[in-house]
Amino acid sequence: MVATAQTLELVHLTKSYGDTLAVNAIDLKVPAGTYCCLLGPSGCGKTSTLRMIAGHEAVTAGDIILGTDNITDIPPAQRRTAMMFQNYALFPHLSCIDNVAFSLKMRGIAKAERHARAGKLLDLVQMAEYAKRRPNQLSGGQQQRVALARALVTEPSMLLLDEPLSALDPFLRVRMRAELKRLQTDLGISFIHVTHSQEEAMALADLVVVMNDGKIEQAGTARDVFGRPRTPFVARFIGGHNVVSGRVDAVREGILMSKVAGGHAAVSIAGAKPSAGETIAIAVRSDQIALRPASANDGAANDNEVTGTVASVQYQGAFVEVRVDAGEGEPLLVTVPDGVFDAAPFKEGDRAVLTWSVDHGHLLSGAA
Amino acid sequence: MVMTATDLPSTEAAAAKPRRSPVGNAYAYLQALPMALIFGVFFLIPIALVVVVSFFDYQSFDILIPDFVTFNYTDVFSSEVTYRTYLQTLTFCLIVWAITLVLGFTIAHFLAFYITSLPLQIVCFLICTIPFWTSNVIRMVSWIPFLGRNGLVNQGLMGAGITDEPIEWLLYSEFAVILGYVHLYTLFMIVPIFNSMIRIDKSLIEAAKDQGATSWQILKNVVIPLSKPGIAIGSVFVLAIVMGDFITVTVLGGGQIASVAKTIQTELSYLQFPPAAANAVVLLGVSILMIFALLRIVDIRKEL
Repeated sequence: MVATAQTLELVHLTKSYGDTLAVNAIDLKVPAGTYCCLLGPSGCGKTSTLRMIAGHEAVTAGDIILGTDNITDIPPAQRRTAMMFQNYALFPHLSCIDNVAFSLKMRGIAKAERHARAGKLLDLVQMAEYAKRRPNQLSGGQQQRVALARALVTEPSMLLLDEPLSALDPFLRVRMRAELKRLQTDLGISFIHVTHSQEEAMALADLVVVMNDGKIEQAGTARDVFGRPRTPFVARFIGGHNVVSGRVDAVREGILMSKVAGGHAAVSIAGAKPSAGETIAIAVRSDQIALRPASANDGAANDNEVTGTVASVQYQGAFVEVRVDAGEGEPLLVTVPDGVFDAAPFKEGDRAVLTWSVDHGHLLSGAA
Repeated sequence: MVMTATDLPSTEAAAAKPRRSPVGNAYAYLQALPMALIFGVFFLIPIALVVVVSFFDYQSFDILIPDFVTFNYTDVFSSEVTYRTYLQTLTFCLIVWAITLVLGFTIAHFLAFYITSLPLQIVCFLICTIPFWTSNVIRMVSWIPFLGRNGLVNQGLMGAGITDEPIEWLLYSEFAVILGYVHLYTLFMIVPIFNSMIRIDKSLIEAAKDQGATSWQILKNVVIPLSKPGIAIGSVFVLAIVMGDFITVTVLGGGQIASVAKTIQTELSYLQFPPAAANAVVLLGVSILMIFALLRIVDIRKEL
């Protein structure tokens, strides 16, 4: 297989259906050979974006550049992209091998050769022994492998996957995830994978693109996005974060002091300098918060200190989820390793103090 | 009923065979009884009677003489008229089938793939059924003032100076009969084909495009193969109806054109029941053979 990876660039890409903007002037650069996940809730525009890249949806405005070519208006088959559909879209009247060989047949390649080439791809996805079967005789996972082989037989520079794992059971999902990643590494081409599962995106992606409401909220590596969510939406969607809303007290030496429900929060700032009195949002990972019982001398020492009432305690195996109600806003989530929790257990109704180091709070852009 | 909870993976084979108790079986037969009765009384018994009568003897004033004679059949098979009539009817079948298939497929394709809004699809479908709001015979008769010697078409053509004298073959001709059939029976093609097409997943079309198929290639490699059950069912309708028709042939053929069913009708009008029955049995046999051949090509059961 000779497939050359190419850079994909979206420039002010826009899609509107009547008055509703599905995709709102997004800009994105996906370097060649990247596993890129478009992540977001349903209706965020991720599938529209993918379908525009594939050429199955007309672009309202903006451009799609693949390599050096502007592919915005050319038909799907000439784009050097291939799409794997959410429901796999295998032709029910054709055997697996004929499904995989479909594009070769369309190009007028003789039967012997196209079956030989399709056979190689079925080998690649370990489906060679099912070559003669019809799609309805296969399990979901097997159908997906065939769909993958069919997409790859065109030797695309970029594979587009529309929620490829959503139809599989959880066990198979994790296995196919690993195989997708392996395949992408082996082939060296870019995969663009639409998903609403942050777990999937973090496990797979070199580049996670979090979308909401037709816009890109944040694009970066999984570590970037999880470690430094840019907006309250990203912090909430990616999970494992608390979004604390506060009012700016003072800014000194690059540290912003703020009042939050039940206490104070300090966060280091770079660049933008909010002024006193302004409302801000801070993200803190639930596993980077320390929990201790409330005592008499609270409320003075620590910059990052919130006092509240334990609202719920949930045992999760390796860790315990403690939710603390700080008075207003959503309860704060603290994940405590089970050993630590057992040493100093909490129960519902206990007063508790939450603390974290300044480095673990992140100022988010926009209010919570 | 015995409910079984198994730890087997839910393969199709395991899911398709629930355990049956004898009581459950009895219920199943009871449930099938009404349909079996209707089928027996209105279909099997009449056909058996026709077969029995076809071996009866007959005379001018004694129309049914219980007997076992075979000359009703030998008459059918030895007469040259029979073969000519069958040839004529089969020719009609073939022509009407071809025209309704092309028309029906095209219209169904348009309805299923080019009209994307459901309300509009329903409206268009209703328009297709408008001819069926009046009786069969009226629809046929209404062609007469349209196609006749002094009909609308001839007057229009002469008025426009395209012809000097009326075109004779418009009415009471094979053309008129075929036109009548096409008018009456195209819908029987449209509905099953549309039904097949509407169930084709739109993502299959997109997948085909993604794989580089042109519109014609999509039609040939995806749409037609997946519409086959509809095409087969529509074809069965049209062939069976045209094979058995005598009204259209009578009204629009003007007594000039023969059909197998019309032969039977003529024999009946002369009270020659046994030869009519023999003819009917032969017609039934031929029709069944045709449908059987058709279903050998397309396995409807599998596709349904």
